[in-house]
Amino acid sequence: MSVAAPLTLSARNLIRRSGRHEIIRDISLELRHGEVLGLLGHNGAGKSTTMQMLAGALSPQSGQIIICGHDMICKPELAKAHIGFLPETPPLYREMRVDDFLLFAAKLHRVLPTQITHYLSETKRRCGLQNSGNKIIGTLSKGYQQRVGIAQAIIHQPEVIILDEPTVGLDPSQIRDIRALIRELGDTHSVILSTHLLSEVASICDRVEIIHHGRLIYSDSSEQMQQYGYQPGFIVTLLAPPTLAELQAIEGVQQVEPLSDTQFRILYAANTPPSTGSDPGSKLLELAAQHGWQAKQLVPLQARLEDVFMQITQDEEERV
Amino acid sequence: MILTIARKEFRSLFAVPSTWLLLGSLQFIFAWFFLARLDAFLQVQAQLAQIGNAPGATLSVAVPLFGTLAIILMMLVPAFTMRLLAEEKRNQTLVLLMASPVSASQIVLGKFVGLMLFLLLIVASCTMMVVSLAAGTQLDVGLLLSNALGVLLLASNYAALGLYISSLTSQPVVAAIASLAALFGLWLIEVSALDNDNALHLFTPTSHFQNFNIGLLNSTDLVYFLVFLITFLLLTIRRVNNSRIYG
Repeated sequence: MSVAAPLTLSARNLIRRSGRHEIIRDISLELRHGEVLGLLGHNGAGKSTTMQMLAGALSPQSGQIIICGHDMICKPELAKAHIGFLPETPPLYREMRVDDFLLFAAKLHRVLPTQITHYLSETKRRCGLQNSGNKIIGTLSKGYQQRVGIAQAIIHQPEVIILDEPTVGLDPSQIRDIRALIRELGDTHSVILSTHLLSEVASICDRVEIIHHGRLIYSDSSEQMQQYGYQPGFIVTLLAPPTLAELQAIEGVQQVEPLSDTQFRILYAANTPPSTGSDPGSKLLELAAQHGWQAKQLVPLQARLEDVFMQITQDEEERV
Repeated sequence: MILTIARKEFRSLFAVPSTWLLLGSLQFIFAWFFLARLDAFLQVQAQLAQIGNAPGATLSVAVPLFGTLAIILMMLVPAFTMRLLAEEKRNQTLVLLMASPVSASQIVLGKFVGLMLFLLLIVASCTMMVVSLAAGTQLDVGLLLSNALGVLLLASNYAALGLYISSLTSQPVVAAIASLAALFGLWLIEVSALDNDNALHLFTPTSHFQNFNIGLLNSTDLVYFLVFLITFLLLTIRRVNNSRIYG
């Protein structure tokens, strides 16, 4: 994704109230061509409401949404033609056949009659629905219904694709397929997806925005997010461990925390050079060999996205 | 765009077996009623022939048949209007339409036209039955057409009212009962106003249909039907538009 890629979606200062309660407070988003943006947040944080507003199904009380140069409020029909939207519950007419439903969705989005069969077969191929065209939607399994839901969102080849929890309720192999599909879509379109699954963010999103109580509190690339609050360290297993003081004495070690009789979590300063031979890990192994501590395992600490997410939302709460 | 939605609504109606069952039993009821009236007409035909300017087959058979159709529509239309918007809201499929590049008026008109196509089918099947009499007698085409037009206008009013009530709730059953209650209430007003020049007659669709029923084309009735129709369609469009704002 280059910074020069054209902006496909820009939302500015979106506000939505329900009664006197503000559900969305001043959210601004930007999305460029070829980018996958992950929207994270607790339940009830306002993810779905934000996505419905971006898709034009709800209107914000104030703020501006521009899709591919068209204003959502002044020219909704032009703006919406560039959007594909999959809501939290896929909007499927259960009594219709898959093909009929997808053709209906295509016609609603003004696909030209000359292109419609080509678009239909292309979309079915992408979503793995080649053999389901004649099936009635109500008889399909949850995973296939979700695929039909995604298919209706992409059949008119929109610039911006908005997916609200696209992988919820799917089995692991389906999740893998859908993620591959989203990744593929992300190369040629712009995708916004919301999710609770943080592994999804790591595997498919270029950028992450975190919504908390209707406000955007964090925005960065997904690699950067994994570095948030990262503290270098490792967990070491020593079958014949020395005293804690001895471990503490190793140069660069900040803190030693015994996890069990033989396992220790060792944290070191972030500015310790990572080059081999001088970092605390190598030193510890050296000492273990000299003193017969019987080192068995050394696992570098990895910041889990769950922890990062909790930390970001907690930091925000403390600030408030 | 209106036609796309209308076609989808029309086809969805025929995707469920209950529609076919209903159409079949309606046809049976009409045929039974039609034959009973025809039978009664044939029995008195000899006596009728002796008086000058005697009522013909159209007046004796078609007029009561369309009168019955009007009553049946009152109970039938709510069963179909209930699903139009309420069910879409309950199944959360309305989002598909709301997020598509179609306006609220296109959604509402599409659904209305789709249902009207279906009701047209019922009215047409009833009319065809009367037309079959043309094989044996001369029909009063004007009276027949005014009846068909009147029933269609009445059906369109019922459909518009039902569509509006369907847009108010997300429970199809509530929509059906409420529309039925509203239509029944209108009918009761008409029944309760005994004398013919009671002002209450002005407000009920059925009393305006009475004129069409006896072959009287009156611009007042036409205007009434159109105003009723447009009012409820506009209210529905407004309601659908507002659902974007109030969620």
